Amino acid sequence: MAALRLEGIRPKVLEPVDLELAASELVFLSGPSGSGKSLLLRALADLDPHEGEVWIDGRPRSAMPAPEWRSRVGLLPSESHWWEERVGDHFSRPTHWTDEKGRESTRMLDRLGFGPEVLEWSVSRLSTGERQRLALARLLGNGPEALLLDEATANLDPKNRERVEDLVQEYRRDRSAAVIWVSHDPEQRERLGARRLIIRDRRLEPES
Amino acid sequence: MSLIELSARDLSLAAGLVLLLAFMSWRLRLGVERRILISASRSAVQLVLLGFVLEVLFDLRSLPWIGVLAMFMLLVAGWEVMARQKRRFRGPWGIGIGTLSMFLSSFSVTLLALLVIIRVQPWYQPQYLIPLLGMLLGNTMNGIAISLDNMTRHAWEGRGRIEARLLLGADWSTAVAEIRRESLRSGLIPIVNAMATAGIVSLPGMMTGQILAGSPPMEAAKYQLLIMFLIAAGTGLGSVAAVLLGSRRLFDERHRLRLDRLR
Repeated sequence: MAALRLEGIRPKVLEPVDLELAASELVFLSGPSGSGKSLLLRALADLDPHEGEVWIDGRPRSAMPAPEWRSRVGLLPSESHWWEERVGDHFSRPTHWTDEKGRESTRMLDRLGFGPEVLEWSVSRLSTGERQRLALARLLGNGPEALLLDEATANLDPKNRERVEDLVQEYRRDRSAAVIWVSHDPEQRERLGARRLIIRDRRLEPES
Repeated sequence: MSLIELSARDLSLAAGLVLLLAFMSWRLRLGVERRILISASRSAVQLVLLGFVLEVLFDLRSLPWIGVLAMFMLLVAGWEVMARQKRRFRGPWGIGIGTLSMFLSSFSVTLLALLVIIRVQPWYQPQYLIPLLGMLLGNTMNGIAISLDNMTRHAWEGRGRIEARLLLGADWSTAVAEIRRESLRSGLIPIVNAMATAGIVSLPGMMTGQILAGSPPMEAAKYQLLIMFLIAAGTGLGSVAAVLLGSRRLFDERHRLRLDRLR
């Protein structure tokens, strides 16, 4: 269970944002580039200083340490970054692939079309699309209770886009996770049948 | 062995060589002749002044005045550390981090040397204190400047990687750990290399000076060793302090990477 409530969240380029997401609710967010979508997600993950408060299941963000908040409210940035050479070293417990968290990560990888051998791959040989999918697996393997996705399928072919959509939908339902998804793809926003918001003139409003 | 005093004529001959160098720079259009001349004049003025100040201090033996000179040296070194940063911290932190780290390392190591190792009476005897402190400040300055510069540059370029770790729930210290290690290593390499090649490739400056001034080579070697070990310890201590202080300042209480604190 993880509902999200935003009150007066104010990234640099936006008017204060109030928003409520029920547990397991998906909300799409769109708007022209530079309108502040990514900045809003960064603010929610507490990466930039800003005004406002967020609650997860009624618990305010300010009441918990930032690292705990970020493991609960997982942000997938539009561009993924890697700090080790091997893919496997980026997953939360690279040496214990037999425990529960490890099995969960393996299952995520499988759903995204990767065999277990991907963990031995070097990050430098990954394509942009592979990085994007692996970053999602890395994030979900961490077990966040709510998701903030920044263009999670922007660089993917239709087959892989479907895999990502299916996995996110499944994760959302299984974990009752609230999901805010920034997407530039109107068909995707229609297809997944969710609440749609758009940023116009620095304000968040329903997309009509 | 005795000290052969240098006359003005001896020094003018050496200065002539620098003029020749400046002339070469002009002919070869290296464009550094101005800087050569300015630096050479600076060194002449500064060293003569220092010699003069030290002669007065040696006679005076007053702790407050020695303290004033030591603080002046520290501030100049702190300024120099700041000036060598490509991405320095904004506000008082810019000069503060380097100065504080040098204060912690150079002053404590100098005190240790004076009180425990050389056991000078009184401990602030300027003939020992000022040269020791100068050697330590000059060398820890290099280590600290290199470490800090590396850290701020890597943090600036590696923002994505640091934030990727923060986003997975890492605390600031874990997220910056690799950069911290890397910058400390780079700060320590010069002194480690200097120790490894001392006496084979290069005759260290201080030992050369002592021998020229008439000390027995064995005594000069022992002093050089002492100084080198002190410098190594001081550089290590200072770089660790600078990198710890600096990396803390890169993050705020919500574990956010605050590159806006750099410029």
